[in-house]
Amino acid sequence: MQRQGLRTWLFLAPAGAWFLCMLVLPLIVVFVFAFGERGAAGGYVPAFTFENFANLGARWTAFQNTMVLAPVGTLACLLIAYPLAYFLALRASSRWRTLLLILVIVPFWTSILIRSYAWIYLLGGQGIPSLLNALGLGNPRLINTPFAVLIGIVYGYLPLMVFPIYVALERLDKRLLEASSDLGSPPWRSFLQVTLPLSMPGVATGCMLVFILLMGEFLIPAMLGGGKVFFIGNALVDLFLQSRNWPFGAAVAVALVVVMLVTVAAYLRFTRRWAGGRDDVSLM
Amino acid sequence: MQFVVYTLNGVFSTLNYKSRHILRVMESNLKSATEAKATPIAELRDASKHYGAVVAAQGLNLSIRPGEFLSFLGPSGCGKTTALRMLAGFEAPTSGEILLDGQRVNDVPPHQRPVNMVFQHYALFPHLTVAQNIAYGLRQRRPRPAAAEIARAVDQALETVRLPGFGPRRIWEMSGGQQQRVALARAIVNQPKILLLDEPMAALDKKLRRDMQIELQTLQRSLGITFILVTHDQEEALSMSDRICIMRGGRIVQVGSPRDLYDRPASRYVADFVGKSNFFPGQVATSSGEGTVLAAAGGHRIAGTAPVEIAAGRTASASLRPEQIALHRKADGLPVTVVNRIFLGEHTEYLVRHADLGEFLVLVSRQAEAAEGGFDPGDSAHASWADGAALILADD
Repeated sequence: MQRQGLRTWLFLAPAGAWFLCMLVLPLIVVFVFAFGERGAAGGYVPAFTFENFANLGARWTAFQNTMVLAPVGTLACLLIAYPLAYFLALRASSRWRTLLLILVIVPFWTSILIRSYAWIYLLGGQGIPSLLNALGLGNPRLINTPFAVLIGIVYGYLPLMVFPIYVALERLDKRLLEASSDLGSPPWRSFLQVTLPLSMPGVATGCMLVFILLMGEFLIPAMLGGGKVFFIGNALVDLFLQSRNWPFGAAVAVALVVVMLVTVAAYLRFTRRWAGGRDDVSLM
Repeated sequence: MQFVVYTLNGVFSTLNYKSRHILRVMESNLKSATEAKATPIAELRDASKHYGAVVAAQGLNLSIRPGEFLSFLGPSGCGKTTALRMLAGFEAPTSGEILLDGQRVNDVPPHQRPVNMVFQHYALFPHLTVAQNIAYGLRQRRPRPAAAEIARAVDQALETVRLPGFGPRRIWEMSGGQQQRVALARAIVNQPKILLLDEPMAALDKKLRRDMQIELQTLQRSLGITFILVTHDQEEALSMSDRICIMRGGRIVQVGSPRDLYDRPASRYVADFVGKSNFFPGQVATSSGEGTVLAAAGGHRIAGTAPVEIAAGRTASASLRPEQIALHRKADGLPVTVVNRIFLGEHTEYLVRHADLGEFLVLVSRQAEAAEGGFDPGDSAHASWADGAALILADD
């Protein structure tokens, strides 16, 4: 018993040390910094003030953009991913399924930076707008708009949404659909009453993955938003690396963590309800 | 007339239980009156199902009588499940016809057929409670019955399967046997014309299975619904069914009452599948129905009845049930050596060896054993049977 306990701790030690040094300690540092003051040449000077939190309003636009585009982007991903995952899990023949699944992942093999550059060209003046112009459909400005950021988000995060939903649908016992049909339910009602509720854990997991990552996103808004569509991530980069206002940056970071914690708590509550009090399905 | 009552039944099925009960009584009264010329409640007409080159079912012809308990019996892959799934509507026949109540239903989807199924692994909805599972079928009806009526019907169904008060439970809180009852309740609450049961007891342990078999049989009698059971368990089929349809390789081999199949199997396959039997291979010497004689190994001639005529000269087998053979000490019949003995309570099963005919089983009753004295492995004895008691069956 004693030896086994010791062995367990030995195996857990690397992960524990990693989390302690890379997650817990930095979080404490950020938390302490958030109450400090900016030095004359930037950086951090110890102090205890709530001024940084009082100033959060100065970065309201970044918060607003993030809090709007993260949920909207998550929803857009969900609406596109669900039918795709449904097709892959329940309709595609097993031969095609593997190929199509690989096609969903393939973009991940290329750096997001390169893929975003591609979108800059596609959405820029020489890309889709000029094509629309040639067709006589006007010359809309796409790049550096929230819409461009949204497209980048959906493009980049779709696989993260497709896979959990695919897994949930793939694991769905097909005999339940037969049972539903046998009990007098036409196919579309079987979808609403059986398929959809039983795929909710997958939907929740996909939404959570995409949403949390979107809240911290900075590359896509920086490249496709061109400094006009600012996320909290961009604000953080700016505060820490450009204006070197570490205490204010730390306060923004703490606010971001709080928002995420609230979201995750809400997620766990909802999934628990869907699972009817059962714990083993809450996180896939 | 039957049809009229069923239609009425459909119309009134949302009414309270009392009136349904009256209808059921009317129905059962009618049943006896119409039994003689009853139209089949379900029919397979030359129904075949092919998956590419694979033949799952070939030319099935079967009439199912209203109110009967019919079993499809056979090993896995014999086509019994395919037959059931064609009746439920999950599979469309490649050729031939499926009829329910005299109506061709080949193209009618499962949700529009007046049959319900108890699935092999129950297929209960894990996201719904027991009561919601049972209410599922009633809630699909249009117009949807009032909530109070559904609740009453669900309670009644729970009562029927002896699970009163289990409505609010979650499916995973129920044991295997209880889930089986929920699956049964979920099907019968809809008052189907036919209840299809796909190996419903395969997942239960032996004791529970026996209890459930008795309960199912009682339920079938009290509800008067036609039950069609798929099973690979011959004991289950023999004990529960009015008629058994034995299948092999996608074809129907023989249909008959359990007694018919046991006493008059049409082939060695059936005799082997229904109950235990000894088979002595040989060639038909004289072929004339009841007076058929088989020339077995070592020149032994075994006389018996051939349910299906076999031409002289053909190879065949003489089938003798272990209980048809007697074992005694006096020198009468075949000299045998006792190889093994299994005590079965009321009977003892002996495995004996004869120099020419090889090993075979003899079932000795406790009484007979008391008269003869027991035999031990290694003992010499004599085995005999009534002349002409054997069945001469074609090898297939």
